[in-house]
Amino acid sequence: MAGLTDKCAITGIGETEYSKNSGKSVAALQMEASLKAIADAGLKPTDIDGVIPYGNMEMVAEDFITNLGLPDLRYSAVTPLGGASAVAAIQAAVSAVASGIANNVLIPIGRNGSSGQRIGARAGEMPQFRLIGEFEMPQGNIAPPQLYAHMARRHMELYGTKSEQLAEIAVSTRANAILNDNAVMTKPMTIEDHQNSRIISDPLRLFDCCLESDGAAAVIVSGSDRAKDLAQKPIYIMGVGEGHPDSPSTITQRPDITTLGTAKAAPRAFGMAGVSHKDIDVAEIYDCFTYIVMCQLEDLGFCKKGEGGDFVSNGRIARGGELPINTHGGLLSQSHIVGMNHVCELVKQLRGSAGKAQVANAEIGLVTGYGDMGDGSVAIMRN
Amino acid sequence: MTELDYDKPMPPLNRDSKPFWDSMKEHNMRLQRCVGCGKIRHYPRPVCDSCYSMEYDWVRASGKGKVHTWTVSEHAFHPGFLAALPMTLATVELEEGVRVCAQMRDVEPGQMAVDMAVELGYEDTGANFTLPVFRPA
Repeated sequence: MAGLTDKCAITGIGETEYSKNSGKSVAALQMEASLKAIADAGLKPTDIDGVIPYGNMEMVAEDFITNLGLPDLRYSAVTPLGGASAVAAIQAAVSAVASGIANNVLIPIGRNGSSGQRIGARAGEMPQFRLIGEFEMPQGNIAPPQLYAHMARRHMELYGTKSEQLAEIAVSTRANAILNDNAVMTKPMTIEDHQNSRIISDPLRLFDCCLESDGAAAVIVSGSDRAKDLAQKPIYIMGVGEGHPDSPSTITQRPDITTLGTAKAAPRAFGMAGVSHKDIDVAEIYDCFTYIVMCQLEDLGFCKKGEGGDFVSNGRIARGGELPINTHGGLLSQSHIVGMNHVCELVKQLRGSAGKAQVANAEIGLVTGYGDMGDGSVAIMRN
Repeated sequence: MTELDYDKPMPPLNRDSKPFWDSMKEHNMRLQRCVGCGKIRHYPRPVCDSCYSMEYDWVRASGKGKVHTWTVSEHAFHPGFLAALPMTLATVELEEGVRVCAQMRDVEPGQMAVDMAVELGYEDTGANFTLPVFRPA
């Protein structure tokens, strides 16, 4: 696997406007983001010979051939890991490009998650949640804020983690969104605001939960040899990994419900990249819930299991802190674009084009995906 | 009441788990046990992940367990549960080593604690299936 290090780069990124009501079809959103990413790279649509559509299958490879006039698509795959799909798709794209199957792989994600069918309402219809649908939804244990609350409560009871520590994540993420021209939530938030937000499913409050949004984002993965001749500074992919937890479909039956698939993915990604945690200048951490950010930081190895609450406190994860995270405002405050907005943000940070939220001298960064009740994915990149 | 009047999600029919739901209707929860190695597993499925045997039988659950974790929901996510709010949902580890997710009864949210001893109960839904609940032991 070490043979994949730096073999590929992100050469283009594209994002639509993020909103609560796009007024556009999912197809139009995804094509707009794709065309932007292709143009950003300095490529033509006809240069795209691989595509990894999002695993909810609203858009399939055929849609991209048809809309973009792709003359010879050589590679298509789907990475059905929910919110971990975007970063897992980078792993799939790297393996396809490094092995010579394809040259430029397009990875688009987009949906009308706010104005269309709400994301939380869909889980029971998805095959990976069949067991929850049979054994937990009839009890009232239905939506991610409830399912993840079981994890968060256990973490709090075992390690003394506090809601005020989760609040630190929500507050620093909001502060970053305020600097972002393409963020949905731009009203300042304090720890007190978080503590006053209503309980959804204890211990998770409203401000522990991400947005549901409309919009699309896309990236292009190309071979490093060709990336140098394209329009942007290549952002090299040093290491990637995906991991699936034990009992992946049901949190309830997981032997250790405070550990995510991220714990399996992280050593692979760090090992492939050949870097250590202190080398990471900026991190974009999938943030469907504040708790999931804290848990991933533990599973990534930035701190020990149980120490995440202290780790995220005292400004460590804010801009100017030791490990700035979610510099774009994340799913909590920028927009829920299934974490492809996190990938785009990391690329911007490493290009030095992240605007007001730019982390000074960011050279190496990390991005995670997380989803489907526990799947994790990790990519480490450099400029 | 019939299935048509029931206002909450119902478990879809599943050949692998039918004996479990049948046992619930009899107020006598049975768990799937591997004939090959004796491992008890839940939720029901066709293969033992320890010895890969596809043969299994069903053993009666003791109904004794302890709280592994819980949440108190103040948002229903389904209109059928609005009247139940706030709703304490527990993940309970049974003596047999598997976990069951169910609503708590006869408990104040402040009483909940990891490892609290609980006992299994049964509630007929009126829609031709029975759900587990737990009470403090």
